[in-house]
Amino acid sequence: MNSIASFIELKNTSVDFPVYNAGSLSLKNRVLSAVTGGKIGRQHNGAVVIKGLQNISLKIKAGERVGLVGHNGAGKTTLLRVLSGIYHPTGGQATIVGECVSLINIGLGIDPEATGRENIHLRAVMMGMRPAQINQSIGEIIAFTNLGDFIDMPFRTYSTGMQLRLAFAVSTAVRPQILVMDEWLSTGDEDFKKRADQRMSEVVSAAQILVLASHSRELLLTNCKRLIWLEHGKIRMDGDAEDVAEKYFGV
Amino acid sequence: MTSPNSAISYAWADVCATFKQHHIITSLGWQDVATRYRRSRVGAFWLTINMLVLITVLGIVFGTLFRQPLAEMLPYLAIGLIVWGFLSTLINEACTGFITAQETILQVRMPLFTHLMRILWRNTIILGHNLLILPLLFLLFMKPLTPLALWVLPGFILLILNAAWVMLVFALVCTRFRDVTQIVQNIVQVMFYVTPIIWSASLLPDHVGTAVIDFNPLYHLINLVRAPLIGEAPSALNWTVATLMALIGWVAALTLFGRYHKKIPYWL
Repeated sequence: MNSIASFIELKNTSVDFPVYNAGSLSLKNRVLSAVTGGKIGRQHNGAVVIKGLQNISLKIKAGERVGLVGHNGAGKTTLLRVLSGIYHPTGGQATIVGECVSLINIGLGIDPEATGRENIHLRAVMMGMRPAQINQSIGEIIAFTNLGDFIDMPFRTYSTGMQLRLAFAVSTAVRPQILVMDEWLSTGDEDFKKRADQRMSEVVSAAQILVLASHSRELLLTNCKRLIWLEHGKIRMDGDAEDVAEKYFGV
Repeated sequence: MTSPNSAISYAWADVCATFKQHHIITSLGWQDVATRYRRSRVGAFWLTINMLVLITVLGIVFGTLFRQPLAEMLPYLAIGLIVWGFLSTLINEACTGFITAQETILQVRMPLFTHLMRILWRNTIILGHNLLILPLLFLLFMKPLTPLALWVLPGFILLILNAAWVMLVFALVCTRFRDVTQIVQNIVQVMFYVTPIIWSASLLPDHVGTAVIDFNPLYHLINLVRAPLIGEAPSALNWTVATLMALIGWVAALTLFGRYHKKIPYWL
């Protein structure tokens, strides 16, 4: 499976979010507008649309490390979701070849009442690991969390640090072809942080394509060769990381 | 936009992919049941106990009201209630199926049908717990199963096939139009009284006729499972209605799903 080179291509991709206020989400207004001859309908027909992304065209080839910058609301998360195949563009085309995992919320799927071991299983299933893979790597994941006997205690009994360690350990157990991240994952005390960073680098270097959204110049420059600057849902600049960083962050 | 054919084939691919990754369904569905009863001593068997109490009380009350012998009434009522509980929960939970899976849908790319099959699996586990009541009742009233009971297997499969497409349609519509959830739940509640579950079809006065029942799709589905277990064969009409519903329903559901699946994440 790894022999196929991953690539991502967006052609004039646009994403429009329909805004259904409570009015237009409900059937009542649909019916009412039919009955009242469209008077109410005109107010409530949900014509409001937020343009999340507009005419984005880009190509990412295997081996590329791409950073994503932009102010809040520039469309970074939306673009990440398009790249992970979650949002189908409402306009234009998106071709994504390769197995993609997005590490946006690493706590997804965790059940506080279940034990650490059960949660590793759950989280791994959520990330698309097969049962055989899970059985194979569960030992290594448990070892990495350093939780010892706590692994068989309910997750809710863990300290915040322990909870993060567990979530981090499972989330980084997959080796996807395309890795999409919203901010770098790092956590824990000094000792764990060092191991976590090393493990994160392993995951990143195993991936054919990395797309990382971040606000940290240092992180972006260490990990990415190319930066894309989003502004109001459009690409403001796309090019060499140093150049874009200079313009975006200022010198 | 997309042609009807490619819409159906996309939807079909989603359904197939769901079953290819059946371990997701079984892991998550099992987890749902386990979580609910995690700190309880009796665990999921509370389901069995609750159902048993409900059946006993309803059986005594309505058995007396309708002057029916308990040996007849209780098994009939028990199977009806258990199957009804299964079916109605499936429909009700499907309405919020995509909405409750919102976080997952917006972060992980997995077939959307998975979220509905998780509901189906979780309720099948619950059904399994409730089924324990039946052998108990059959023993108590010395009511042996007849060879006709084997019909329960194809009957149950047809029931599931129908439930699944209904779930898909309702999940889709309710995600877009949030009010529909309330309407569906209301209808389901009313259907409980209109469908012969706590009363039997033979009690209907002559002038009402069987039309009330024959036009009730839920009656046919329930009868496919209930009749074999109480020693009767489901009628040809039961089989025909259920089969036709499954065929037409699936085509309609796949067309709808194929057409709108791309919009689901935007509706959340």
